Amino acid sequence: MVRSVSVDLNNDASLVIDIPDALCERDKVKFTIHIKTTLSSFQKSEFSVPRQHEDFIWLHDTIVETEEYAGLIIPPAPPKPDFEGPREKMHKLGEGESSMTKEEYAKMKQELEAEYLAVFKKTVQVHEVFLQRLSSHPMFRKDRNFQIFLEYDQDLTVRRKNAKEMFGGFFKNMVKSADEVLISGVKEVDEFFEQEKIFLLDYSSKIKDATAKAEKMTRSHKNVADDYNHISGAMNSIAADNNTAFKKHLEKCAEVFEKLRKLEDRVASDQELKLTELLRYYTRDIQAAKDLLYRRARALADYENSNKTLDKARLKGKDIAQAEENQKQCLRKFDKLSESGKKELTSFKARRVVAFRKNLIEMTELEIKHAKNSMSLLQGSIEILNSN
Amino acid sequence: MVISCNLGIVFIYFLQSKPITPTSAPDEGDIFSEEGSYIRSDVHHATNGLHSDEELDLFTGISLHRCTMTRNDIMVKCYLSHQHTSVQSLEATVELTLTNTTSQGRREIIGPTASACNTTHVPNSILKPSIVTKTMEELEEEESGDQFELNIAVTNPEKIGDGMNAYMSYKVSTQTTLPMFLNKTFSVRRRFSDFLGLYEKISAKHSLLGCIIPPPPQKSVVGMTKVKVGKEDSSSAEFVEKRRAALERYLQRVVAHPSLLQDPDVREFLERDELPRAVNTQALSGPGLLKMINRASDAVNKMTIKMNESDNWFESKLQEVENEEQLLRRLHAAVDSLVNHRKELCINTAVFSKIVAMLGSVEENSALSRALSQLAEVEDKMEQLHQQQAFSDFFILAELLADYVRLLGAVRCCFEQRMKVWQRLQEAQSTLQKKREAEAKLLWANKPEKLQQAKDDINEWESKVSQYERDFERVTCTVRKEVLRFEKEKARDFKQHIVKYLESLLHTQHRLVKCWEAFLPEAKAIA
Repeated sequence: MVRSVSVDLNNDASLVIDIPDALCERDKVKFTIHIKTTLSSFQKSEFSVPRQHEDFIWLHDTIVETEEYAGLIIPPAPPKPDFEGPREKMHKLGEGESSMTKEEYAKMKQELEAEYLAVFKKTVQVHEVFLQRLSSHPMFRKDRNFQIFLEYDQDLTVRRKNAKEMFGGFFKNMVKSADEVLISGVKEVDEFFEQEKIFLLDYSSKIKDATAKAEKMTRSHKNVADDYNHISGAMNSIAADNNTAFKKHLEKCAEVFEKLRKLEDRVASDQELKLTELLRYYTRDIQAAKDLLYRRARALADYENSNKTLDKARLKGKDIAQAEENQKQCLRKFDKLSESGKKELTSFKARRVVAFRKNLIEMTELEIKHAKNSMSLLQGSIEILNSN
Repeated sequence: MVISCNLGIVFIYFLQSKPITPTSAPDEGDIFSEEGSYIRSDVHHATNGLHSDEELDLFTGISLHRCTMTRNDIMVKCYLSHQHTSVQSLEATVELTLTNTTSQGRREIIGPTASACNTTHVPNSILKPSIVTKTMEELEEEESGDQFELNIAVTNPEKIGDGMNAYMSYKVSTQTTLPMFLNKTFSVRRRFSDFLGLYEKISAKHSLLGCIIPPPPQKSVVGMTKVKVGKEDSSSAEFVEKRRAALERYLQRVVAHPSLLQDPDVREFLERDELPRAVNTQALSGPGLLKMINRASDAVNKMTIKMNESDNWFESKLQEVENEEQLLRRLHAAVDSLVNHRKELCINTAVFSKIVAMLGSVEENSALSRALSQLAEVEDKMEQLHQQQAFSDFFILAELLADYVRLLGAVRCCFEQRMKVWQRLQEAQSTLQKKREAEAKLLWANKPEKLQQAKDDINEWESKVSQYERDFERVTCTVRKEVLRFEKEKARDFKQHIVKYLESLLHTQHRLVKCWEAFLPEAKAIA
């Protein structure tokens, strides 16, 4: 199944990953990872393994900490499954049970189940995309920890603990705000990177903002749908008491509101999936790109420092060879990062544009579909009411 | 037609009913027969002390009847046009209806007590065909010729004065062919307290008869203060528009009521240039009025009233009214919530639109950048659509529900009036009984000198009892009719508003489709 946020990532048949199944127990979600591969590095050609969210985080962190990958955009870690919204609603539903009619309660419960399902689907999608980004990248797919993640048939918890002790969260412990200062402070010689820096810094804050505002907008849509539900229930209550033309009109209207609610809900959730989720994902991806720039900036700073050290050594006449070697290494590292960074950032641009295009088209088509459905529903109902 | 310029904020909604053009006698007959009973009631009320001559009563009775029929809309009125041929059939049907009353062809809906009011209160002049013909002739001579109408619009709110003594003055325009008015088109300026004063006068006269008096719009200290202080923001503009619309609906309901339209105070309100300032309208402010209604129902509930068989209808009807009031409140609350959430959606969409525009301006890929700017424009249009929809949510649905919650309160008052009349009858009957017992005692005690007094007392109370009996029957008859008229109006009102509301939703969805369809090629053009 094609996931829309990042482009179709399962193109390469040599390693195909998907998450067909997931189980939700209280706070914990257990994902079933399904792997099909033709690579000889794997023991079996098709197998499944259960993993938790924390395992994904472990995998992400180990990749981040791997020096070798410093010149690559590390696929952003999937966010923690968040069932807070539906859980709160479930709580409210339980409290308000006595004040609702049986029909209203059943409706709200159904709606709540749908919401749980939506959160569920989203979290599965986002975890899946993470793995697929790794499997479709020439370097990441060969990563040993990735293989362990996919193949190790036992609980990864022990491994996770060890890793933490080993690396101590080196990169992650750095204060994030230092990134921005460092990136903007370093004198840039390369025009490409200069442009990228300006672009990414600006874009990053704006897309983060856009995500938050899209979330608010989607929430309002959901509230309107909720209101339609209450209105429908209230109208049905009045109609139940009556026995006249009044009753018929109200019943019809209640029916319309009920159907509109479903449509409005779909509009809201489609908007959520196609627009909000897109923005959310790319906010994280942009951050990953910024991290790459940061690492490169650090390498540049290191290189400049090594130059200074070399000069000092030359002046003093001490440790010149060492300083020269250091400088060479720094330069090599910096060049490597610049070269791979350029490639990564270029493909990132393309990927972003394609993803936006795909999602905007899909969202627009869905909006049109839902609006047309609403129109025919309303037209039909108006005709019926007028003919009565 | 009607001058109706509304201070609409964003969207001016014109709701049009199809003009009812009776083309043949049978149609006319149907129209009349449906409302046949109302002609009777118009006449009936006319004879209850309101001063207009009987000839005109019949005439106005007919046109009022028409008027009632067309009282369908909220902001734009429709009119009934008569061809000369139909005028003749009008005449024919009127006679038909009148003769039918004696045969009580259509009396079922009214109920057993109706027969009492039928036979006792028909002024003999009505039965004379000559009168009918005469008024028809007058009709034919009407200059505007073909239209029976009474249309009212409340427009042009203007702030008079400054500071805390300032007030809003509204233009009340009437267009009519009814001869009881001096002109065909006229307007006056009125302020809110004038409307409250009118309510007070109407209430004082008609509520005792068991009429359902439309309640006036509610006072709002907060709303008015903002206006007085001169806050020129959208919330005070919204408040003024809300009030203007409410005043208009109030007047339309008043004139839709056949006997209220006859009331000279109503006429004066519509016609007279300067109206004496209504004082003591504090009691009639929103909460004050509600308190009055509630106090009345409390008092009535405290009486342990045992009424007789035929009152089952009243008891169950009252229960129905009370239930419906509660349920309508709940519905109103839900619609209110919708209005608020839609306004929120509006704001959030506007905010989102801006950030998308900014994102578009930063975007380095030019096609995507253009698409994002277009998306921002689409979202901007969405915001306007949501705002217009919120306006419709409020004015078509929420206000209708609020009006009916208060109207149901007025219906309850009406029932309570009847109970009061019954109470008075009971008391008079018991007094009469006492007087009779006193007389008997005197006879037995053989005191002839006091006997005459006792006999006079008995006569006095006998006539009082029979007067009160007649009053009670009359009120019973009126309340029943009023309730039935009200229910019909309510069904019609709701249906109309529901249809208008669904049409507004349809309109919004239609515009939505257009917006997104325009955007789709832009999205596809991204490369």
